[in-house]
Amino acid sequence: MITPDHLTSTAPTGGGASPAPAVELRGITKAYPGVVANDDIDLSVYAGEVHGLLGENGAGKSTLMSILSGMVQPDAGTIRVGGQEVSITSPRKALELGIGTVYQHLTLVPTLTVLENLMMGSGSALLDFGGARARFDELVATLGARIDPNAVASTLSLGELQQVEIVKALWRETRILVLDEPTSMLTPQGVTELQGVMQRLKDSGIAIIFITHKLHEAIEIGDRVSILKAGRRVGGIEPDELRARTPDELKTRIIDTMFGEGAAQLAGVAEMEVHTEEGGHHRELSGEVALELIDLSVDGGADEASVHDMTLSVHRGEILGIAGVDGNGQRQLAQAIAGQRPISGGDIRLEGSSIRKLGVPDRQRRGIGYVTDDRLHEGTVLDMSVAMNIVLKRIGERPFWRRGAIRQQEIDAFARDLVQRYEVRTPSVETNIGTLSGGNIQKVLLARELAFDPKLILYNKPTYGLDVKTASFVRSQIREQAEQGITVIVISTELDELVALCDRIAVMSSGRLTGVVDNGAGAHARVGELMLA
Amino acid sequence: MSNVVTEPPVVAPVEAPPAPRRPLTRLEPVVQAIVPVLLSILASGVLLAILGRDPFAFYGNILHNGLLTDFGVQQSIVRMATLLLLAGGLIVAFRANLWNIGGDGQWLLAAAFVAGIAPSVVGGLGMAVGLPLMIVIGAVVGAAWTIVPAVLKAYYGVNEIITTLMMNFVGIALANILVKGPFLTDKPGVPRTEILPLDQRLPMLGGSQIHAGIIVAVAMMLVIHVVMTRTPLGLRLRVLGSNHRAAVHLGLRPQRLTLIAFAASGALIGMSGAVSMLGDWGSFRADFNPAYGLLMVPVVFLARMNALATIAFVALFAVIQIGGDTATRLADLPTAFILVLVGLLLFFMTITEFHRVRRQRRLAVASRAPRSAGAEEVR
Amino acid sequence: MSNLLTEPVLTALVAGALLAMVPLMFAALGESISERAGVLNIGLEGMMLFGAYAGFNGALYIHSSWIGLLLGAFGGMLAALVMVVLCVWMRLDQIVVGVGLFLFAEGVTSLLHGAQFGDSYPRIDHVSEIEVPLLSKIPVLGESVFHQHPIVYVGIAAVFLVHWMLRRTSAGLNLRAAGETPSALDAAGVDVTRTRTLAVLACGALAGIGGAYLSIIAAGSFTPMMTQGVGFIGIVLAMLARGKVMWVIALSFLFGISLSISTALQLAGVNISTDVIQMLPYVTVIAVLLLFARRSYLPSALALPYFRGER
Repeated sequence: MITPDHLTSTAPTGGGASPAPAVELRGITKAYPGVVANDDIDLSVYAGEVHGLLGENGAGKSTLMSILSGMVQPDAGTIRVGGQEVSITSPRKALELGIGTVYQHLTLVPTLTVLENLMMGSGSALLDFGGARARFDELVATLGARIDPNAVASTLSLGELQQVEIVKALWRETRILVLDEPTSMLTPQGVTELQGVMQRLKDSGIAIIFITHKLHEAIEIGDRVSILKAGRRVGGIEPDELRARTPDELKTRIIDTMFGEGAAQLAGVAEMEVHTEEGGHHRELSGEVALELIDLSVDGGADEASVHDMTLSVHRGEILGIAGVDGNGQRQLAQAIAGQRPISGGDIRLEGSSIRKLGVPDRQRRGIGYVTDDRLHEGTVLDMSVAMNIVLKRIGERPFWRRGAIRQQEIDAFARDLVQRYEVRTPSVETNIGTLSGGNIQKVLLARELAFDPKLILYNKPTYGLDVKTASFVRSQIREQAEQGITVIVISTELDELVALCDRIAVMSSGRLTGVVDNGAGAHARVGELMLA
Repeated sequence: MSNVVTEPPVVAPVEAPPAPRRPLTRLEPVVQAIVPVLLSILASGVLLAILGRDPFAFYGNILHNGLLTDFGVQQSIVRMATLLLLAGGLIVAFRANLWNIGGDGQWLLAAAFVAGIAPSVVGGLGMAVGLPLMIVIGAVVGAAWTIVPAVLKAYYGVNEIITTLMMNFVGIALANILVKGPFLTDKPGVPRTEILPLDQRLPMLGGSQIHAGIIVAVAMMLVIHVVMTRTPLGLRLRVLGSNHRAAVHLGLRPQRLTLIAFAASGALIGMSGAVSMLGDWGSFRADFNPAYGLLMVPVVFLARMNALATIAFVALFAVIQIGGDTATRLADLPTAFILVLVGLLLFFMTITEFHRVRRQRRLAVASRAPRSAGAEEVR
Repeated sequence: MSNLLTEPVLTALVAGALLAMVPLMFAALGESISERAGVLNIGLEGMMLFGAYAGFNGALYIHSSWIGLLLGAFGGMLAALVMVVLCVWMRLDQIVVGVGLFLFAEGVTSLLHGAQFGDSYPRIDHVSEIEVPLLSKIPVLGESVFHQHPIVYVGIAAVFLVHWMLRRTSAGLNLRAAGETPSALDAAGVDVTRTRTLAVLACGALAGIGGAYLSIIAAGSFTPMMTQGVGFIGIVLAMLARGKVMWVIALSFLFGISLSISTALQLAGVNISTDVIQMLPYVTVIAVLLLFARRSYLPSALALPYFRGER
């Protein structure tokens, strides 16, 4: 293994008391109009150590990371890198200071090759392909990865893309690596691999900031943990304590820190670390088949994943989970069931009769609801009111329209009722939905599907990006629907969530169904295996 | 950390933000539209002064010749008829976020076709049947000319800017081919179509010089307004225009909607060409191209694609255009001066809009106030 | 039809095609650069008009076609500055501003010309051409290709240069990223706004040279609205070239032929309507699109303003 020079300059400390932190934040504050995203945060990150940054969505993790990477400027506070006080005024400055960032969303240009992506912003006028290739080989060897440097980025798998992202973050003499929710798109095995990579980087003296909203990851991967809550650092766990206590003790300690003493016992909060006991709620199901997929194939074309020969039955009142790493055909499957995308082979049957040829409106009328994973760009029309968005799947129908003319009062009254029932926080139903928070938009989408007596609802990543409370609300809604006999399919990349919610879990990999697991003891591990199959 | 919480902490409930001051919000679109108009008049005035012309006299002449003389106001209203229908065509397309910028081709082709067959059709069938039929034919020709861009856009996602532009050039050439070929009269001079006799053109209203085209145009604008604001079709088009993926998700059949919006757009533009021929010109001569298509873009945007507001702005525009013809002649300037005014109008309009959006965004963020650190919450 | 292939006809055809091709090529090259960086320049025609007017004045008063062309480039950049400020810096709608720029340029250049010269149209003396030694003696090609104002060769060289830049230089890489995934470029520490600004200014300069070529070399005078849609054809060509600039040469030659073929045909005694010929390339392209319909490739961030932190 070739070790780049600068990587060996700092002696590994193994997480002990090293003298000067690689990065030291003091009193970092960042306010947006009406919101304090970071409130007086202190944080020290040491070389050769993984610093886990834990918090729920909206706790201020991303803002803090954006400040470190130069995307956002803090209102107050000081940053020291290697003991020197600095101001990180731009992403370029961050790179010059040796801070590399792996963003949660990918930042590779899909039409460029791996090498071209890495050379971006190199500063020299001419592209130095030879030099870049040498540097690439060096870093790839350090990481233990295998990537073709001349492959066009869009042809790589998500795992490979993430490796390239890490290479990119290490490209320029990086001493501090920020990883923003790096596990969100990986299989359990992929996470293990990533841990290996992080170990190697640690050994070579790099300071790593590991951002996550998953409690167990913070404990397993971090050498030191800081807990963020509502923009503040509300506590932390030092390396000594981290080693001394059992995982369960640590979890209780963290949840207590976040939500107050004894909070770990409360149902809503426990969702943060969704049900550690697997499949505790086994339900009796009717044998009635609600939805049947028979050799279903969906052609995703050149740019998207395809679905191949999926055969699967879903029973009435069942909650069926579909697990898999993002981008393995889940969205295409969902769109095919909802009627948004033509299928290229096989059949879809709802209560025994084929719906293959029906369009979206006909399927809606037969009781299929679909809550999309892209609330902002697919689910809603942002510049229309909450009320309008609620009836958009019923355009032209009574009582909202009569003889071709809209009846705004009917629509508003209907919407007001739903807004109340689903606890949507909005100034009024006439407010543009685009001004609401993500959680409230999601509640509007749930209301829209549930308002019209659905038989089957398809959820794609229903709690993605929601705060703990709203996520918990959504999950309890899903359970309630199943109790009432509605068939539910939940697509999610969060295995914990599926285990907490579902009766059975189907697993997709590369557009194929690799297996169906009855939820219960050992389901977690079994699903993880199938994700790779 | 030690305080005992009995409930999972709830994010502070959102206070309803103070209701926006009603009269101001009502007035805002008006201010929003008038400010850029004033700014562009001002800036053009400065330009006039630099060129050594008296801006006050110039604008006085526009007003006088476009609005205050009998002849001028009638001319302005006649021009309005053509421009309104064209603007209506743009509204329908823009609402659905379809950039039909090949309006000139659609307009000219419909105009050439109508001018070419009107003398025989109206002569044969009589005015009561012939004239309405000709307007319908104009609409059909205009709509037909959008089929290719519409199909390419709807089914293959080909960018409609490039296709409407290309069809525009083909349309212009084809109109000339028609006029120089099948529709050519044997009269000497510039190649042109047979002239529709004055007494067979669109009837004048109550002894004035204003032809019935204005009634057709205003009626169509009212129809557009009702369709866009009240009917399912209008809502579907608006959804398609603001979020294509949502339209797919909601099951609105975006492909069909794209075809409908394009066809309606082309039909209205074609009607405009027909009305212009049947009312104003009576004949199409070769290489005729008033290039109204892009001129209506700023007007439609100023009116925020609201059909009723468009009527007001088109009226203003027609006055400036008609009055401007005389005013520029008196000031010894090319008539293209009005283009300066329109171009500036577009710039100032987008800038005003920029400030409005920024202000609104600030308000929107502020009204979400006491949530916790939710600004970065992934939505 | 045998007299079609005579030397004078072919010479006229190729020479005419080159004459018509050069402004197209400059404009389409500029638009390609701008589109690759994510800025759709509907106002390209306006930039050409600015270039034509400024270049004409330069050549008229300073008596140098080169200074005229240079001023044309500056005129185009001045117009491009409007796009830069409104669309790149203030992030306003590129199509609306582009339409505005086109109308404004038509108006303001006509107005200035009118105020300056009234109804007279002064002409520029014949502009010197160069004859490439030896090569200019080749039949047909010698008279046409190798008997041109040197800016023609500069233009072709510029296409090759841009082609090379896009593949081999950091600036080219930045440009491609700015149009495709601007957030990635930003994260890599490159200023997206700066990259796009430079691209639009380059587009303005090239379009301006194209316009100046029209007024100084092709026509020898400036007439209001003289670009006659060349800029819009340039936009079409840039989109058809799908960002691959080498195609710009071939496509502009093809469209150049169609714009000039009628003269050649008249020389040959064939009388086909110019309208028919001018619409042929479009009809061909549309037919190809319909037959082999596929999604035309455009940079994914085209016409989208970049806001840091949005996805």
